[in-house]
Amino acid sequence: MRYGMVIDLKRCFGCYGCQVSCKAEHATPPGVFFARVVKRETGTYPNVRKVYLPMLCMHCEIPPCEAVCPTGATVKRPDGIVDIDRELCVGCRYCMQACPYEARYFNDRARWYFGAQGPTEYEALGYAQHPVGVVMKCNFCAHRLEHGQLPSCVVTCPTKARTFGDLDDPQSEVSRLIKERCGEPLHPELGTGPSVYFLPA
Amino acid sequence: MMSQSPPTTPTFADVNRDVLRTLGPPGNLYFAWMCVVALVLAWGILAWTGQIWWGMGMAGKRVPQQWAMYITTFVFWIGIGHAGTLISAILYLFRARWRTSIYRAAEAMTIFAVLTAGLFPLIHAGRMWFAYFLLPYPNQRDLWPNFRSPLVWDVFAISTYLTISTVFFIVGLIPDIAAVRDASTGWRRRIYAMLALGWEGSDSQWRHYRRAYGLFAALATPLVLSVHSVVSWDFAMALVPGWHSTLFAPFFVDGAIFSGFAMVLVLVLPMRHFFKLHAYIQEKHLDAMGKLILVTGLVLTYFYLSEIFTTLYSGDEFDKASLFWKVTKSYAWALWLMYFCNCISPLILFWKKARTSPVVLYVVSILVLIGMWFERFNIIVPSLGHAFYPWAWGIYVPTLTDTSIVIGSFAWFFLLFLGFIKVLPSLSIVEVKETLPPPLKDRPHASHH
Repeated sequence: MRYGMVIDLKRCFGCYGCQVSCKAEHATPPGVFFARVVKRETGTYPNVRKVYLPMLCMHCEIPPCEAVCPTGATVKRPDGIVDIDRELCVGCRYCMQACPYEARYFNDRARWYFGAQGPTEYEALGYAQHPVGVVMKCNFCAHRLEHGQLPSCVVTCPTKARTFGDLDDPQSEVSRLIKERCGEPLHPELGTGPSVYFLPA
Repeated sequence: MMSQSPPTTPTFADVNRDVLRTLGPPGNLYFAWMCVVALVLAWGILAWTGQIWWGMGMAGKRVPQQWAMYITTFVFWIGIGHAGTLISAILYLFRARWRTSIYRAAEAMTIFAVLTAGLFPLIHAGRMWFAYFLLPYPNQRDLWPNFRSPLVWDVFAISTYLTISTVFFIVGLIPDIAAVRDASTGWRRRIYAMLALGWEGSDSQWRHYRRAYGLFAALATPLVLSVHSVVSWDFAMALVPGWHSTLFAPFFVDGAIFSGFAMVLVLVLPMRHFFKLHAYIQEKHLDAMGKLILVTGLVLTYFYLSEIFTTLYSGDEFDKASLFWKVTKSYAWALWLMYFCNCISPLILFWKKARTSPVVLYVVSILVLIGMWFERFNIIVPSLGHAFYPWAWGIYVPTLTDTSIVIGSFAWFFLLFLGFIKVLPSLSIVEVKETLPPPLKDRPHASHH
């Protein structure tokens, strides 16, 4: 069992739906985006176009963040998810330097969206899972998977650009897409073995 | 010029008198310095308290640079801590006699520098109150630190280094403390008597002392190489462009020795001036220190060139982009300042006149310290600000909090050192005497032992 995701760059049209639904699901503080859509323009006028790159934790096979974590707060679960035990994290941020995909965020101080007004009820509830001084990141919505649901970014995506499944199963949709559409991870040369594959646009 | 001896060769009695004089009641200047240092330290502690209270966010905009000033200063202080053991252990084993009059101050500097550096992992951690999670201690949850993490290697490397250098320092002090004990009265005498561990100067005590000293020197020697190698692997083990290099361990060790010698001079030159120790810390000592700074500086220049060459030759686009960004963009000033301070400024020490001039040596040492702080800054901040993804590039802006804490760390170090020079003999009575001609009835023939 190795959970993985395939993102079809041909289908992604940069609506930020995944980014917003992720924030709602995980109640992340301002500036924190476990699922992030990066936009860029390419080409020269008049032949220009916008390209979108949805980024999230790559849940690497050999996670560099896990190797450097001094307290063992970052763990590689048997199902392939790289998760953080927030009770063990001392906030040294070594994992953030080690991660080449910039997938990790640090909760450096208590912050909320409406400044002086203080946290809203929703924020007060949600921020309990993000203690100050701790590193956080995408965990493929492990709490949803436990209940047989897909990660919230996958469910939200209106163009069905995201597919989630078991990379170890050659019959699964993700394995088929990677094989048929020549899916590639980001920075394969770094030897991290990401579990998130991108299908060329 | 080289063999020029001091105006008069001190006798054994002079050594005792001059060294014990340094422990006399301090003057106004000393108290003024103490006040300045204590105030700066208090300000730094206040800033740290604020940071603990409100969170790491107090330490500035640090989106890509989650490691910045604190880790820079941590590595800087660890580096400073190297010269002491090099002077006291390695030069002892090589029987370099010029070390005798500076090694005590250098050893004290080592311990204080490591004590200062040791604060930074705590200052840097988001939840410093859980920092003990890094220690392998038996606990009910059967949790162990991750032994694959270079940060855990750091914990072992640095605590070993601190332990061995402290033991080495204390053992070397025993005969001198006995001399201070014999010259003091009242409660001071009782304290020094306790610290002297019953030293009487008998033959068997000397034999044990020499053996123990040689043994600790041998134990401390490999640590000079290991500690900074391990610290360098904090960076070299990560994938960040500009960090992921096999050059890092020797590069860091050399830089550490380079900056450590500069700090020794920054401390010893004023000590020599204010305590009037010109007869003991002579031109030949300054000359030897100057030569070592020059050599380590040249080796460092070679490492800088190798680093640039391997980056260009490797063909790694990310490495190259990172290098070009460092050399030409936002942080170029820091890089060129570093090259000037570490590569150009020590070149003046090719001239013997410069090596024996306290003013020139002092200026070069300060420049070297600035350069070596910026070396670590250049390794950490620009590399992190220009890693793989353009959307995550950024500039680090220091705040009042982190600047105050970094400056406060210097105050903490100088506070410890100022305390040391008035409490313990900052010049080794024993070893200085060893280099003097023994007191004979007729005129002594210059003896080396």
